[in-house]
Amino acid sequence: MDIWFFLIQVLNGLQYGLLLFLVASGLTLIFGIMGIINLAHGSFYMLGAYLTFWLLQSVDSLLLAIVLALPISAAVGYLIEALLVRVLYRRDHLDQVLLTYGLILIFNEAQRMLWGGDVHGIKVPAALDWSIPLTDTLSYPVYRMAISAVCAALAVGMYLVIQRTRFGMWIRAGASNRDMVAALGINVNLLFGAVFALGAVLAALSGAIAAPISSIGPGMGDTVLIICFVVVVIGGVGSIKGAFLGALLIGLADTFGKVLAPDFASFSVYAVMAAVLLVKPRGLFA
Amino acid sequence: MSRLPRSLSILLSVAIILLGAYPLFGDVLFPNKHAFLMQKLTGIMIMAVMAMSLDLLVGVAGLVSMGHAAFFGLGGYMLAMLSPEYSAANLWVVLPAALVVVAIASAMVGYLSIRTSGIYFIMVTLAFGQMGFYFFNDSKLAGGSDGAYIMVKPAVEILGVSLLNLGDKRTLYYVGLGALVGVYLLLRVVLASPFGRVVSAIGVNENRVRGLGFDPVAYKLLAFTIGGTIAGLAGFLAAIQYGFVNPATLSWHHSGEALVMVILGGMGTLFGPAIGAFVFELAKMGFESVTEHWLLPMGAMIIGIVLLLPKGVGGLLLQLFSGRSKMEGGQ
Amino acid sequence: MNSMTSAVLDEGKVVLETRQLTKSFGGLVAVNSANYRFIERQAHAIIGPNGAGKSTFVNLLTGHFPPSSGEILFKGQRITDFPAHKVSRLGVGRSYQKTNVFPVFTCFENCRLAAQAQLPTSMRFLRPAAMYKEVNERADWALDLCGLKSRGDRVAGSMSYGEQRQLEIGMVLATGPEILVLDEPLAGMGKEESERMVGLLKDLARRFTLILIEHDMDAVFSIAEVLTVMVNGTVLESGPVETIRASKAVQDAYLGDGAEAY
Repeated sequence: MDIWFFLIQVLNGLQYGLLLFLVASGLTLIFGIMGIINLAHGSFYMLGAYLTFWLLQSVDSLLLAIVLALPISAAVGYLIEALLVRVLYRRDHLDQVLLTYGLILIFNEAQRMLWGGDVHGIKVPAALDWSIPLTDTLSYPVYRMAISAVCAALAVGMYLVIQRTRFGMWIRAGASNRDMVAALGINVNLLFGAVFALGAVLAALSGAIAAPISSIGPGMGDTVLIICFVVVVIGGVGSIKGAFLGALLIGLADTFGKVLAPDFASFSVYAVMAAVLLVKPRGLFA
Repeated sequence: MSRLPRSLSILLSVAIILLGAYPLFGDVLFPNKHAFLMQKLTGIMIMAVMAMSLDLLVGVAGLVSMGHAAFFGLGGYMLAMLSPEYSAANLWVVLPAALVVVAIASAMVGYLSIRTSGIYFIMVTLAFGQMGFYFFNDSKLAGGSDGAYIMVKPAVEILGVSLLNLGDKRTLYYVGLGALVGVYLLLRVVLASPFGRVVSAIGVNENRVRGLGFDPVAYKLLAFTIGGTIAGLAGFLAAIQYGFVNPATLSWHHSGEALVMVILGGMGTLFGPAIGAFVFELAKMGFESVTEHWLLPMGAMIIGIVLLLPKGVGGLLLQLFSGRSKMEGGQ
Repeated sequence: MNSMTSAVLDEGKVVLETRQLTKSFGGLVAVNSANYRFIERQAHAIIGPNGAGKSTFVNLLTGHFPPSSGEILFKGQRITDFPAHKVSRLGVGRSYQKTNVFPVFTCFENCRLAAQAQLPTSMRFLRPAAMYKEVNERADWALDLCGLKSRGDRVAGSMSYGEQRQLEIGMVLATGPEILVLDEPLAGMGKEESERMVGLLKDLARRFTLILIEHDMDAVFSIAEVLTVMVNGTVLESGPVETIRASKAVQDAYLGDGAEAY
């Protein structure tokens, strides 16, 4: 493996990892703050991709389509929290798993009814549809770099919001003590609704920006959900920092797994998880 | 496990007798659909075995596994991989071999998963289940994502004399019924044993069990392995029935369905999840006959169960027949 | 200066001992270099204000928490890092401050489960637990001793609070302990229930090595022979009940308001 090829794989791994972080951070936030395990999280990823695909039939710009898709996803997330998830706060994990599993079935079927069972693709926008040449034969696509940049910027933004703002303070307080937050006069229902909607938006955004470099099809949400579980298990449930490092680790493991052992590519991430569980059953950063 | 109320035992026995009699009078009742229904019921009874094995984990030991289908699927794949292409495998060889492999796999997954608890356990079992899915989906071991066929059903012979012809639909039906009744009785016996009492207690209060002098890890691991192996048996039987295995049998959607059966039937009651398998599969049939978008009402039904019927049909029956407000002494 | 060691009444055989036992949670030191010696067949009570580290001490002693440093010895054997189930098997039985019975089991089933600890292993799968004669006998014996003989068939969750507290102790007895570590057995009880429990504890004090954590001073004085006052995770004073009762330092630190305040 020459050095440029290796570098490209590292970049690919980081890009995939950053994208995974965006999805997994919503999952881990929702668990950390609200105590909810949300299997339907991957459905928001799918929703973001399909909404973008659908909106692109009416608008020209990918950016505009994504910008329009996000508030719709937020609204769907907020509604689901208000109508269904709210019942689950006082229930055990098993009920949470089942109810959100039921939601997945509904999401998947709704997707099929609205957009059919075909696999679709989205074009990379012209402005970003070029590559940076590295050697005579190797180059790196700019769009992938753009994805990495967006994800990294959002990671930093999320860190700042949680550590430095009042909203972030509420989130941190809500995570440790729901009743205390209520006592402070903060509307917990509204706060939790907002967190759930935020998680939905993060997942939908990931699905949307990843759409041009991957395919849009049935079941895409399930795949990403399970990889995110692996990320969260490795990083430690509820830990944003853990999700970040776990996501990078999995991004690299998956990418290099595909290069080094293509027959067992999907296997490598689980091998990493098993190894972490052997050494640190509660995750690397719990 | 304490006894069921007498009237409920009678009701369940009658249900089993009716199931046993069905192949004899089915073609009178449903002349057009008899063969189809008998096949369907065979499949449901096999799923009931799977649901009971999951109940041992979820309802009894308190281990919410979302990867149980991996062991079901592995059981089927073992049959496919051990069967010669154009001749019959010897059941006395392939069944034990398949179960041993599934037992080892469940023990390994269990060993890693049981180090975690709560929400972690759910995510880890789901991920390991999916690992099994990708193992067969991506590798060329047994047809990859296309799955594999079992052309000839295994032979059940003693000293060259054929005991059962598994190619016969009615025979297979009774094998399924036998598995259902046999596994139910086996699990009842195990749950009444010292081991079963400790496992039941772990499901209620693990820490107290530790304080009384039992190491919960060992008991949970063994319960996980037993549950996984029984699921493997169910998968093995399903593979005989359909003559085909594919990666979807290991997938987490299949695990999710089994979990729904357990809750729908009433977890911790053992007979409940078996009923849950019937209700679930019949509801699925009903939805499928009404709309091609049957997942929509199915999803709504699952959400409805969680919201309205948290103790399931089995809990309802126990309440009805015992007149007690809680599932006291049960489990 | 070395921390004080708990006192012993007439030299007897030391069955359980802690040396410089320490447990800290983050920056908070809950138990600080605690030195205790418990003598066979003696009733030893540990008192102290809320937050003195008594419950943490019990959790350390019974293997529920691993200590940060120090040692625990059972009959001279080092058991510092033993997990709870192993400590229990050695013969150190423990009851919980919060009622911790299995509510879905009957009273008898609760004791029978505990009595299974008498079997070399419960990894037995075919014969019903109800058919192990020695286990049933042990469970009956424990039920009888804790005063619930007539309640065997009651579902534990449906019994009165006081009875559940009795069952809590019955379960510990059924495991066949030599040493009983009882964490506030009187907590939350009414007057009548308390009297019955004190009677039971006095009976147990004659049969077992008793380590009692309790707030109720009258009960402590009537049951215990040795009294140790624990404050801020360390032994403040220790000695025969009468001595401690009269001690000025103890009265100031704890007995003066503590007994009333609780």
